Amino acid sequence: MAELTTYRESVAEGIAREMRRDPAVVCLGEDIGAAGGVFKTTVGLYEEFGPVRIRDTPISEQAIVGAAMGAAMTGLRPVAEIMFSDFLACCWDHVANEIPKVRYMTGGQVTVPLVIRTANGGGLGFGAQHSQAVENWAFAVPGLKVVAPATPSDVVGLMAAAIRSDDPVVFFEHKGLFASKGPPAPPEHLVPLGQAACLRTGTDVTLVALAATVPTALAAAERLTAEGVSAEVLDLRCLVPLDMRAVLESVARTSRLVVVEENPYQGGWGGTVASIVADEGFELLDAPIRRVAAACVPLPFADRLEDAVLPTVDTVAGAVRALAAY
Amino acid sequence: MTTTAETATAELLDWYEQMAVIRRTEQAAQDLFLAGLVKGTTHLAAGHEAVAVGASTALRDDDYVFATYRGHHHAIARGATPEECLAELMSKATGLCGGKGGSMHLTKADRNMLGSYAIVGAHLPMAAGAAWSAVLRGSGQVAVAFFGDGATNIGTFHETLNLAAVWKLPVLFVCENNLYMEYTPIGSVTAVPNPAADRAAAYRLPAELLDGNDVLAVHAAVATAAQRARAGDGPTIIEARTYRQFGHSRTDPGKYRPEAEVAQWLARDPLTLARAALADRGVPESDVDAADQRARALVEAAVAAAKAAPEPDLATALTDVWADGSAGWRS
Ligand SMILES: Cc1ncc(C[n+]2csc(CCOP(=O)(O)OP(=O)(O)O)c2C)c(N)n1
Ligand SMILES: [Mg+2]
Repeated sequence: MAELTTYRESVAEGIAREMRRDPAVVCLGEDIGAAGGVFKTTVGLYEEFGPVRIRDTPISEQAIVGAAMGAAMTGLRPVAEIMFSDFLACCWDHVANEIPKVRYMTGGQVTVPLVIRTANGGGLGFGAQHSQAVENWAFAVPGLKVVAPATPSDVVGLMAAAIRSDDPVVFFEHKGLFASKGPPAPPEHLVPLGQAACLRTGTDVTLVALAATVPTALAAAERLTAEGVSAEVLDLRCLVPLDMRAVLESVARTSRLVVVEENPYQGGWGGTVASIVADEGFELLDAPIRRVAAACVPLPFADRLEDAVLPTVDTVAGAVRALAAY
Repeated sequence: MTTTAETATAELLDWYEQMAVIRRTEQAAQDLFLAGLVKGTTHLAAGHEAVAVGASTALRDDDYVFATYRGHHHAIARGATPEECLAELMSKATGLCGGKGGSMHLTKADRNMLGSYAIVGAHLPMAAGAAWSAVLRGSGQVAVAFFGDGATNIGTFHETLNLAAVWKLPVLFVCENNLYMEYTPIGSVTAVPNPAADRAAAYRLPAELLDGNDVLAVHAAVATAAQRARAGDGPTIIEARTYRQFGHSRTDPGKYRPEAEVAQWLARDPLTLARAALADRGVPESDVDAADQRARALVEAAVAAAKAAPEPDLATALTDVWADGSAGWRS
């Protein structure tokens, strides 16, 4: 049995693999160099690649992402770190107005092959401004690819695809998963963007999950087996491209759908998944579509309160149980 | 850049002609707007020609230029034709961006004119990033960001100046200080009298404050700053005082500007100043008139061609979101 590795270490591993194969790949961000990143996700990169390719920046989110854009338009493949995804709001003009629009509005004259990596999501008690799952912010912007891995080997494989992509990618690393372990990625591991993974097959209900809701959905599915409910679990891996074919094929088998998302219900990505299934897969369904999402509040600090507003194994199992009985 | 008095004179006449082409293009844009053939908005750069031509002629062909929504002059100075520009304004397939950009987003990427951006200040860090990329690739290129006086009060200006100074990037920050934001005098909302140049000290950057209507002065300052940048000595801030001859945008009559101020600046029209400099060097007036005639003929032909050009194919509305040319987001 091979040694397990962490999600956290896989971030640095994924970046390092790409930096070894392509000298155009460079990293910039706050404290990513000798400090190894505030989440220790860039440990070892500075030592291996040096201060020219691993660039510490001032606390200037607009300059970080704006400079990454200028560098991407002129021959580099920058990987910019925004420390916490909440801070994307500080450079939202670049993320929402500049990077995703420039190719289109110039009639295809330029490309922007960059990655914005950011630590996303709750569960660690960081409070309202360091915890929100904001993948739906990026999902609302045409022109961005949106990636959110759930396992260590997917971190490496999707990082490879994101960095090699000629399109801009927002890469959400989940804070709650950094310490999680799994089999390490094999050499040359590449997970193409836009391919969901079926992590568990089942016959009664499909659970669609992303990032930290993947282990939650898997645990709920496990619990429900004992109750005689057979749940299939799909890890979307990416929101753009969105693998709706995989979702519709799964619903064709199970006839029931529960979407498990960590962003708030209000404007969350599950609304789009549900609307497509309602539009294109209505006849496949034997029950209403259910969404288990975060409550529509800023995230509270206390563990007890945070648990109360985020999807949990209990809330997911409850939703599935109700649906299976429908 | 200029070695002998002779080449200097020949070049100056060429610069004059480039400025005349820009002026005629801007006048044509205004006429077409008033005729209802240009929709949306335009921000004309008539009056700013010397900044674009003085700077562009001091750069290498492969240097990077980033401009604002008031950027027609920079596109033309970097090699876009009046026809491509006017066709874009008129929503035509032959426009610089195939009708997907419009007046505010003129871009000529094959000449490294990497775009015109309409969120104030957004392109400043992009220019820093392009300069960083040039350093890492060892290409010797510099990047130039042109921006308005109003942009000196937005966060990106300060974030970018600091980053560019710390990283010693080969980037030039050229402020076209036309004394107004949209309708508000810049002096009334800015803590220092010279909005760009006076901020330079905070980032330990050199600054040049100059007459932006004098094409020779702009050229000389940009040439010096580009040389510094290429030598590894970092960024320079250039504040070029100039004045727009039309309103801020569309049909703005610019009533908020005192008449005496307008008259004073019109008397210092960059083309008038260049004409005087040419006369000083003994260039016959007929040579300058001939340059004017060529500019006029070029722009008249451009207007006719742009009017006759086809509209964009509807299919192009759904292309070029992604690098592979597609717009698909789901399976
Ligand atoms: C971030 C942002 N705020 C406001 C505007 C609206 N706006 C467009 S142009 C302009 C004035 C800019 O003034 P200046 O930088 O001096 O440039 P000028 O138009 O004079 O060339 C404003 C406020 C904008 N486009 N972007
Ligand atoms: Mg101004």
